[in-house]
Order: sequence, then structure tokens, then C-alpha cells
Amino acid sequence: MSEFIQLVIAGLTTGSFYALVALGYTMVYGIVRLINFAHGDIFMVGAFLGWTVLTTLAATHMPWGIGLLIALILSMILTGGLGVAVERFAYQPLLSAPPLSILITALGVSLALENGVLLIFGPGFNTYPQLIGSAGFVLGGAHITFIQVGIIILSFLLMAGLYLFVHHTFIGTAMRALAVDRDAARLMGINVERVIQITFFLGSSLAAVAGVMEGLYYTEINFFMGFIVGLRAFTAAVLGGIGNIPGAMAGGLLIGLLEAFSAGYISSRWTDVIVFLVLIGTLVVKPTGLFGERVVERM
Amino acid sequence: MTLLVVEGLRVGYGKVEVLHGIDITVGPSEIVALLGSNGAGKTTTLRALSGLEPIRGGGVTLGGTSLVGVPAHRIAAMGLAHVPERRRLFAPLSVEENLKLGGYLMRDKPAELKQRIEIMYGLFPRLAERRLQLAGTLSGGEQQMVAIARALILKPRLLVLDEPSMGLAPLIVRSIFGIVRRLRDEGMAILLVEQNARQTLRIADRAYVLENGDILVQGAASALAQDPRVQAAYLGGVAAA
Ligand SMILES: Nc1ncnc2c1ncn2[C@@H]1O[C@H](COP(=O)(O)OP(=O)(O)OP(=O)(O)O)[C@@H](O)[C@H]1O
Ligand SMILES: [Mg+2]
Repeated sequence: MSEFIQLVIAGLTTGSFYALVALGYTMVYGIVRLINFAHGDIFMVGAFLGWTVLTTLAATHMPWGIGLLIALILSMILTGGLGVAVERFAYQPLLSAPPLSILITALGVSLALENGVLLIFGPGFNTYPQLIGSAGFVLGGAHITFIQVGIIILSFLLMAGLYLFVHHTFIGTAMRALAVDRDAARLMGINVERVIQITFFLGSSLAAVAGVMEGLYYTEINFFMGFIVGLRAFTAAVLGGIGNIPGAMAGGLLIGLLEAFSAGYISSRWTDVIVFLVLIGTLVVKPTGLFGERVVERM
Repeated sequence: MTLLVVEGLRVGYGKVEVLHGIDITVGPSEIVALLGSNGAGKTTTLRALSGLEPIRGGGVTLGGTSLVGVPAHRIAAMGLAHVPERRRLFAPLSVEENLKLGGYLMRDKPAELKQRIEIMYGLFPRLAERRLQLAGTLSGGEQQMVAIARALILKPRLLVLDEPSMGLAPLIVRSIFGIVRRLRDEGMAILLVEQNARQTLRIADRAYVLENGDILVQGAASALAQDPRVQAAYLGGVAAA
């Protein structure tokens, strides 16, 4: 039982990373029908920006909570800006080009980001400052760290906030309208380019939060960390139904749990096999993913 | 005073030119019909006016301001509202959300927007009962009401409608045409694209007949209803009584 609780908490923690990153894939896909394969590397850049701020602040004897808050916010803003820049300079000129050219561009952006970080920070691992280490508490025989609890709570708050934003603000409603019918949205006076930029900003800053938290959790980051998280998060988005926001959240948490259970009860070598079996099984039964809706037929 | 002036408008897709330089004017308190058979270029004309298709030549002005090269969202802000062909509602969104999006440009005045939406529910009581219903699940007639209400939220100076009668029962068409006439009487300028020439010429003040991207005939609606060319092509050869 204690092992079970341990695995659930570990799964929800990594699932939170996947969910936050999956949201970026799914929101961008929903609006511009583009798989942003550089998104995993945006997450990686977010981790490095957070690391830079945290290590800079570590010298100032600032309370760690405030330092972490500053690191999170700065990383969100800068990474969000990076996402907007990638959209503006790499994707926007190609939005009416054949899908293959955008795909190749996305891979190019991915390589550019990885090599940029490699050049600045080197090929090795950078160690995140140990703010509260592995302090925690015992629940049902399982040792749960405060970092795990913090990660799970913060990502649930962010996901709830995003859901409210998308459903109860004008910009969020405009995003959903744009996903359905771009021309009709323009007729409503919606500045489509602006809404696309906001979408990239939001997706990238959520990935930045995941990046900083991943750094705190695993304590080490390097330029290649975006690959595997990006892949898992993309899988989560497809599993939940690409384009669907609650789907990305559920898909991310589900994959985190699958990963934890397969590592705990079987072997971590089987994780990828199990994740993809579940993905394939789901898509066979429900091709639109767990939450993918049947498109309401337009009259 | 004319509100909309279209002069020598040329529009095309790829290498094909669809509109070969057409002239149209619409004034306030005027229903102007744009008639023509399938593929004549009616929808293309409206899409060019509202900024959805680039203008290749000629001029378009609304209240004296050129619309050439202006992006669609700015044209909407200038007072041109476009009810598109096949309605194009946001199907997975509720009726209320569709209407709110019609007021996207007044989102910083929520109280006023709320009032405008209530006025629309007054104009279309059937929508008031269906505020939270998803737009895609409405009947065709109700969908057309949402499309028109959505376009009226901002009190446009010019309303362009692309085949609002498409697929609707005669009774509903009559009520929609009644609303169009009322809007005209309140001072709005209306450009109405239709296939159903007989009924349209009855509510229009003036009309243009578009054929293969050129204006074939134009004039007062009553005169066009008697024009032998129009009768032959669009009124089944029988004089409209
Ligand atoms: N997106 C497009 N790409 C290429 N050609 C197009 C496009 N849209 C319209 N056309 C062509 O332009 C011409 C005019 O089309 P348009 O839709 O304006 O006609 P219409 O008068 O509205 O016809 P209908 O009464 O059937 O709606 C047609 O020959 C059509 O095939
Ligand atoms: Mg048409």
C-alpha cells in the first residue's frame, strides 16, 4: 500500500510536467493545425532560464520562496516571448505553405534551440540549487516530499486557471472560435495573428513552469532534456485528443501514472512499450483520443 | 450620400480572375440586392468587401475611407458586418458565446454589450430560450437568426448578407426578410446576396445582376423585375405580378 501511494504521487508529479507541456502542443494544434515539434525544447529553455535566475539569486541571501517565485515568473515571461518569436519568425511566414515545410522548420527550430543552449551552457549537466532538498512527510507509509506536493498543487492551479481563461474571458473565447472557423473569427473583429501569438505565449510559459519544476525535482538539467519530455507530452496530447485542453491534462497525468507504475511494478525499460500500447489501444477504440469530440456538423 | 462605393473591383483566386471590375454603390436606408446564378461571383464580392479575399484592382470605400488592403478585423471595426454564406457559426460554442463574439470589439464595455445581447434576444425571442444551447445543434432557421444577431451587435453601418434564405422554409424566410426591411427603415445600409430573385426584388430598393464576374444589369428593383433579361434568367420567364 505504501508503495502504491508512493507511485501515485511520483506519477502525478511527472504527469504534471507532461500535462503542462502537452497543453502547449494541443493549444497550438487546435488553433493553427500545426504540431510544434520545437515545443519540447521550449520547455528545456524554460528550465535553463529558471536555473540562471535561481543561481544568480542564490548569492543574494533572498528567502528561497521569493527567489523561486521570481525565477518562475521571469522564466515564464522570457520563454513565452521565445515562443512568440518562434511563431513570428519561423512559422508565420509559412502558415500557407505545405505542411511538410512547417514540419521541417519545426525540426530546425528544435535543433537551433538545443545547439544554442549547448553553446551557452555546455554539454554537461547543470545542477539546480537545492532549495528544500528532499524534506517531506510520511503518508500511509510513503515518503512524500514537499517539492512533489508543491509541483502537483501548482500545476493543478495553472490548469484550472487556463481552463477558466479559455472559457470565461474574451480572448479565451476568441481562441475557441478561431479553432473552429478562422474566417468567421476575423469577421467578428478578432485579430487572428494576435490571438495566435497569445496562444504561443501561454503554451510556452506553461512549458517554462514545467521546466523549472523538473529542474527542482530531478536536480539536474541538460540541453537534451526536452526530447523525452516533449515526446511523452506529445503522446499525452494525442492520447487525450489533440486540440482538446482537458484531454491534454488528463493524458499527461495518465502517462505520468503509467510511467510510475511500469517502473515500480514491472521495469522502467518497459515504460515506453506500455505507454505506446495504451496509446495505440486508445486510438483503436477511440480514434479522436480520450476527450476528442465529434465535430458538430456545420449546417 | 452613398456609404459603400465599389469601383472597378477585381478579385481572383490563383491565376483565375473571378470579378472583372464591377461597380456597386449602397447608401443608408437602402436594400441593394446582388443577384446572379451559381458561380457568378457574389460570395467573392462580399468576401472582398469584408477583407477576407485580397482586392487585386479597383477601389472600395466605406464612408469615404478606403478598404483596400485593410485586414478583416479592422473592417469589422469600421462598421461593416458580414453574415457569411452557410452562416459559419461557432458550432461548439453556445448561442450566448456566439453573440458575445459578435460584440468582441466592445469587450471593454461589458454592461453595454450585455444590453445589446438582450436587444437581440428581443428581436429573436426564439434565441432567448436557447441561450446555452450549442449553436451547432440549432435548426437552420435558428442558426440564421444567430448569424444575423451576431452581426448586428455592433450596430453596423453596412450589413452584407450572403444568401440568408438558403435552405429555410418560406415562413422563416419571410420573417428574416421582414427584419432586414425593418433594419433598412431604421437607417442601415444593406447589401443582400440572393438566388431567389422574385422574393428579393420585392424587398430591395435597387439591384445588380452579376454574371460571370461582370454586372449585367442594374437599376431600381421594380424595374429589374420587369426587365426581360432578368425575367428570362431568374424569374422563370414569367412577369413578377
Ligand atoms: N477559394 C476559392 N478558390 C478558387 N476558386 C474559387 C474559390 N472560391 C470561389 N471560387 C470560384 O470563383 C467563382 C465565383 O464563386 P462565388 O462563390 O463567388 O460564386 P457565387 O456567386 O457566390 O455562387 P453561389 O450562388 O453558388 O454561392 C466560382 O467559379 C468558384 O469556383
Ligand atoms: Mg455564394
